[in-house]
Amino acid sequence: MARRTFSIGGVHPADSKISRGCKLEYLPIPPTVYIALSQHIGAPAKPVVAVGDKVKVGQVLAEPGGFMSAYIHSSVSGTVKSIGPRKDLSGNNQMVVEIAVEGDDWMEDIDRTDTLVTDIPEDPKSIIEKIKLGGVVGLGGATFPTHVKLSPPPGKVCEMLIINGCECEPYLTSDFRTLLEKGEQVVIGTALIKKALGVAKATIAIEDNKLEAIEHIQKVVNDLKSKGPEYSGIEVLSLMKKYPEGGEKQLIDAVMHRQVKSGGLPIDVGAVVDNVCTALAVYEAVQKNKPLIDNSVTVTGECFPKQANLIVRVGTPLNYVIDYLGGVPEEAAKVISGGPMMGKSIANLEAATMKGTGGLLFLTREQTKRMPESNCIRCGKCAEACPMGLEPFLLNRLAKAGDTDALEANAVQDCIMCGCCLYSCPAGIPLLDIISQARGQVMGIMRARAAAAKAAAEAAKASAGSPTAK
Amino acid sequence: MTTTIIWTIAIISGLGLLLALTLYLVALRFKVEEDPRIELVEKAMPGANCGGCGFAGCHAFADSAVKAPNLDNHYCPVGGNETMKKVAEILGYEMTEKDPMVAVVRCNGTCSARPRTSEYDGTLSCKVKASLYAGDTGCAYGCLGCGDCVAACKFGAISMDPETGLPVVDEEKCTACGACSKACPKAIIELRKKGPRGMREYVSCVNKDKGPGVKKACASACIGCGICAKTCTHDAIVLENNVAYIDFGKCKLCRECEAMCPTGAIHGVNFPKPIDKDAIKARVQERQKKAREAAAAAAEAAKAVEVAVKPAVDEVKKEESNG
Repeated sequence: MARRTFSIGGVHPADSKISRGCKLEYLPIPPTVYIALSQHIGAPAKPVVAVGDKVKVGQVLAEPGGFMSAYIHSSVSGTVKSIGPRKDLSGNNQMVVEIAVEGDDWMEDIDRTDTLVTDIPEDPKSIIEKIKLGGVVGLGGATFPTHVKLSPPPGKVCEMLIINGCECEPYLTSDFRTLLEKGEQVVIGTALIKKALGVAKATIAIEDNKLEAIEHIQKVVNDLKSKGPEYSGIEVLSLMKKYPEGGEKQLIDAVMHRQVKSGGLPIDVGAVVDNVCTALAVYEAVQKNKPLIDNSVTVTGECFPKQANLIVRVGTPLNYVIDYLGGVPEEAAKVISGGPMMGKSIANLEAATMKGTGGLLFLTREQTKRMPESNCIRCGKCAEACPMGLEPFLLNRLAKAGDTDALEANAVQDCIMCGCCLYSCPAGIPLLDIISQARGQVMGIMRARAAAAKAAAEAAKASAGSPTAK
Repeated sequence: MTTTIIWTIAIISGLGLLLALTLYLVALRFKVEEDPRIELVEKAMPGANCGGCGFAGCHAFADSAVKAPNLDNHYCPVGGNETMKKVAEILGYEMTEKDPMVAVVRCNGTCSARPRTSEYDGTLSCKVKASLYAGDTGCAYGCLGCGDCVAACKFGAISMDPETGLPVVDEEKCTACGACSKACPKAIIELRKKGPRGMREYVSCVNKDKGPGVKKACASACIGCGICAKTCTHDAIVLENNVAYIDFGKCKLCRECEAMCPTGAIHGVNFPKPIDKDAIKARVQERQKKAREAAAAAAEAAKAVEVAVKPAVDEVKKEESNG
């Protein structure tokens, strides 16, 4: 059988998963945590604690600041020291709640035992409510509030749930370890999301460089099928290793052979995609009452002597994590949050982890050296590599000219910033840097236009509505 | 042979005449009525097509100016009052003179004052750099040093100083078109009043963080201490978001704030004499001491009055409550 994958573009970087053998390990609790109020896409959360308050593990620190927002919980027990701005990993100020840790005192209603709870609640609404109260966000990288994703707009029907276990980013192994060590929880979480969406089919998609995980999850699914009808319809699918398979649109293409159109959402083609770690967080929130207060982080790199897959409390300072494993190695020139393709270079190691932090990668000067830039030779490799079917060489030229209209016409807003163009460019042109900046600019223009159109429509409605109201 | 040449000349001339006539008739029929003043105004403009006036170019400006009821929303920063006088003359409008402006770089973070905290190896563009992170120093508000303003300037008036890593404005060449100010992703460059003989006073920092953090990031930043605002007797300085701002409309160029600033974030330029900080400081301190003494004396006097008046007031109150 031909190996399944997405249809256009993609690259094959070496997977470098050197930490795949490292078991998940709990990082000791740091003396102070800094929990950011904006750890998700959407409006920042509003704090409900004050300086001097005593908090327990799992206590709500902040409530959603809007429809698209999420609860933030305390990941430690202790005293709130301050609520104010602090520099995040890119050096920009962000509102954080600083908590001085005292002991490890959990909220009473959290089930801390290891017993599996396989019974799925009957009511889909109660599942979604618990996910919302648990502050669960998408842990694949985008940190989209999960309860919003699981409530599709009226008229849109979900046909398939896809659980993303691709982990196509080189180096990262936390999803892989989660599948191996917490496979049962992931599958139960899948069943929970399936129930919440009211969908019959669910696919757990895993790339075929993780054969152990595929076999293990297959076994778990077969075992759980006897537990109830909610577990039927869950399938495990092996996909060909190719970057960026874990991209939402690419994964839908690979699994369902459907393409999400420009500006569309996965639900438009009947799909909902969630990461394996999100499924685990859903399990913990719904079955164990445990909100999202920790997540798995891969700490790796060839120059890093002690690879690890750690379960880290949200808000742990990065240098605490690194010091626990022996400090920044001498040869390391760059520390990256996330994987080497889409990760962000860290400018401030005093910053703290967030819900979406998936990896800390150390790279040497040799590994991060930029190729000297030369002129574009129109070889078309970038266009061939682009999984969204864009023409990066053209976008680069338009971005340099500042032609936002042409950029929009050439769909720069569809760029998923996977970095395939930059990876494949033989001329060493920093395509991604330039295009992602232009993308931000164009999306800003589009948002402003949409807001203006909405305001105009509302004004028209108001003026048309007032005479009839009388 | 001769007849061929004659015929050819005749036909070609005839064709030419016919086509000229057609063109003349078409031009007459489809003539675009354009106000002749537009051309006159355009001729009076500098012709740089820089867009500093907010229009697409000099022609667009002229077109709009002719159609406008007055010249309130039209001003050519490049040509300045001279050009605007000519435009007003052509159009027969009133013209209000504007003070000449100049681009001012409000960042003090030289390489020595603002230590680098990381190394940037990406594309040399402030726009790209700002979209990636806060910058390669501890200051998230300061100059990124990639020179987007230099590239934006059509008059060659900005250059990067390799020593300080900051842009320098050539006041002779600067036309205050505002292109650099728009290009700067950190909004550091401001158009300020050029001032008498170019003399002006400004806060060369836009860092909105609180004092201790700012000081750690940059030795010559505004720490928002407010000394300048307290010193100023012209009410020209406002302290907002931990950063001082001098209103150039109110500043009287006394240079007291500059002398009192503990970090040297306030700059005075083009003054004929170098600033004598100690003398100004002594003067200001003397004045403040006198003000304090006067305030204390006034408080003392108020107290004395109160002591004298209070028993009487109490007496009245008592009577009122009794009654």
